[in-house]
Amino acid sequence: MSVVAFAILAALVLVSGAGVLVKRNPIHAALFLVVNLASVAGLFLTLRAEFLAMAQVIVYAGAIAVLFVFAIMVLIPGKEETGPDPLRGQRVMAVPLVMIFLLLVALVLRSSVLRQPGPDVPVPGGVEEVGRLLFTDYLFPFEVTSVLLLVAIVGVLALARRKVGTE
Amino acid sequence: MVPASWYVALSAALFSMGVLGVLIRRDPLVIFMSIELMLNAANLALVAFGQRHGTAEGQALVFFVMCVAAAEVAVGLAIIVAIFRVRRRLSVDELNLMRW
Repeated sequence: MSVVAFAILAALVLVSGAGVLVKRNPIHAALFLVVNLASVAGLFLTLRAEFLAMAQVIVYAGAIAVLFVFAIMVLIPGKEETGPDPLRGQRVMAVPLVMIFLLLVALVLRSSVLRQPGPDVPVPGGVEEVGRLLFTDYLFPFEVTSVLLLVAIVGVLALARRKVGTE
Repeated sequence: MVPASWYVALSAALFSMGVLGVLIRRDPLVIFMSIELMLNAANLALVAFGQRHGTAEGQALVFFVMCVAAAEVAVGLAIIVAIFRVRRRLSVDELNLMRW
């Protein structure tokens, strides 16, 4: 059962990831990204990480996807990949280098540690377990996260603000 | 249970797609989406390794990665919009002002 779910979700992840890569129109790429993020949320569910699956849908497939679509709406898409390519060498080298990376990962995956089955009872990943960790062992990083988000808000406002008198 | 190595293999494939997107595409928006793909691949690997070790600590780390990703996307898109206001075109190849 879990193998079937994994296979379906993995196929969705790979197909939608390829869609983000090959689609010329950024809005299509954004929609493929939503499918990809939702499939990863499903994979989190198969790993018994219920809290993260919900957070993934809300934060990524909700907020971040909307942010992308807004940015595409504000900008004018579809002007990409015209004219001469000044970085042709980089684009030609990209595929073989990624293949080398995948080969290295395949070598690592052959190690026996990962092949052994995990614990019989999977760890519960609900709000209770993650919340306890966040508010005990990871309390300080959790508080730093709030500062980071505040800095991001202020930075975005400073960047996106139109200067009075210049426009 | 599906073995952890399957999840790690899928995560590696997803990460490679993100790397390819960053290297090949020229639209900064699509490059940002590819960075999201890479962050997601890392999240998937973290959760898989956490389950393999029998702790929920990997999931706590993924929570922080999500926060950083949200902040990064907001700031990055604001930078792209600011660049677009000045240049009226979007191509990362033309943004070589700070190149040595």
